[in-house]
Amino acid sequence: MSEIIHRERRINAWGKEIEPEFTPRPVHPAPVPKGVGIRLRGVTKSFGTVPVLTGIDLDVPEGQFLAIVGKSGCGKSTLLRLLVGLDEVTGGSIEFLDEAGQATEPNARIVFQEPRLLPWASVLDNVAVGLGETVPQRQGRGLAQAALGEVQLSEKSGEWPARLSGGQRQRVALGRAMVSHPEFLAMDEPLGALDALTRITMQALIERVWAEQRFTALFVTHDVTEAVALADRVIVLDEGHIALDITVDHPRPRQRGTASLAALEAQLLAAIFR
Amino acid sequence: MTLVADLGQPVSVPSGSGQPGQRRSAAAVLRPLLPYALPVALIAFWQLAASAGLISNRLMPAPVDVARAFWDKASSGELAVNIGVSGLRALSGLAIGGSIGFLLGLANGLSRLSYTVTDTTLQMLRTIPNLALIPLVILWFGIGEEAKLFLTALGVFFPIYLNTLHGVRNVDPQLIEMGQVYGMKGFTLFRKVIFPGALPSIFVGLRFSLGIMWLTLIVAETLSSSSGIGYMANTAREFMMTDVVVLALVIYALLGKLADVVARFLESRTLQWHPAFQTDKKD
Repeated sequence: MSEIIHRERRINAWGKEIEPEFTPRPVHPAPVPKGVGIRLRGVTKSFGTVPVLTGIDLDVPEGQFLAIVGKSGCGKSTLLRLLVGLDEVTGGSIEFLDEAGQATEPNARIVFQEPRLLPWASVLDNVAVGLGETVPQRQGRGLAQAALGEVQLSEKSGEWPARLSGGQRQRVALGRAMVSHPEFLAMDEPLGALDALTRITMQALIERVWAEQRFTALFVTHDVTEAVALADRVIVLDEGHIALDITVDHPRPRQRGTASLAALEAQLLAAIFR
Repeated sequence: MTLVADLGQPVSVPSGSGQPGQRRSAAAVLRPLLPYALPVALIAFWQLAASAGLISNRLMPAPVDVARAFWDKASSGELAVNIGVSGLRALSGLAIGGSIGFLLGLANGLSRLSYTVTDTTLQMLRTIPNLALIPLVILWFGIGEEAKLFLTALGVFFPIYLNTLHGVRNVDPQLIEMGQVYGMKGFTLFRKVIFPGALPSIFVGLRFSLGIMWLTLIVAETLSSSSGIGYMANTAREFMMTDVVVLALVIYALLGKLADVVARFLESRTLQWHPAFQTDKKD
């Protein structure tokens, strides 16, 4: 009983500070969000003596939505972990480039396959995790609330993660990644654990957020339909190297199941199972 | 908390006719009392048996005699003093042993080096029953407060140490990785991820150690004291005052229950996020 009252009071306290309906777009200390270019040269990665990536050369222009597909164990998740700095390359180089082509340290975020929310923090506090320690708490609350609005979960801000559905939790995770307006967002099969209908909603949400904020997106998936529905460009990884690199220049939002997208899917599947 | 939930449930059920609804709320009022039905029945039986002369008053006093002993000791102020002394001993033992156990548990959970150096030793010491140390402790500290404090602290140390270590070790590594990706390190990572993740386990340790705390204290106070519940019981034994002896046991039981209630309360306050503690289910 007292728990409910306690939580409602907290919501009200925030509500006083920021009216959800009239939240102005937050003024973030960082400049207006923008993507970052990525340049990989001869990137290799081995675990012990087992080679996982065998020489990747790749240029990703800023703001591109890049999807990586491939069989399990093809190295797609390893490549993602290298790009966000969770692992170190064995050989070669990874560089991030600003507009002027100068090397830069981007604000990079990751969405995992599992939501990885802190179960002991409210939904709002979980989103605020994405801000790090740099933003003052009061301002952080406002930014987190705005990010929750972006993922359409404003009304859940005071809930515990355990109370949310799988799709809602993943939306919170997306909000947490987006709250700091990253220049680079890596998603590691973010929809892999969701049901088919929730996936479609989430795809639309990811596309909308990307279209608004124009970060460089790296989307790892095993679902070629999802890849061609979302990405500007799809890469097939096979045994540690790039087997196919195609551009998807269909207008957005994309109609699902059209013949030309289906042809691309067939081309990708052929490359995967070659 | 459960009491509120149990009472609240039938109220929210819309009662069609007055009759079944009323019957339900009567059952709902009685339900929280149900756990106490058996002890009350046992005491009633005990009283009846004692009054009927089935139990020798020299060996086992009637509940009424215990109540009278309570009244005597309480009105003379002796009881309050003794409870205060025992409570203070228990809490200081818990504070000392508990904090050492907590800190070592954290250190060994977080640092591989600290674990390697100390854990084997601690696991060996753990297998010695702390009460087996009484002869040694008396040689070291005499029979004063230090001996009781040492035994209690030692007793509560191990459950808290083991469970803190277990809790820290078992924090979801995926959450820790997430925290690191989002720039948490050092104390921030500890405060936001590791400590809250270990807390349920730490509470398990705390509740275990509360039991051991009273057990150790009872034995230590019966050995040699000039105050405390154990002293009260031991003196009463010398004068064959069985009612006071039983009174001491009842008080230990109540204090133990009180400690557990406090621990549960703290648990339900701090672990509100945990599905097991979300009593207010709503859709």
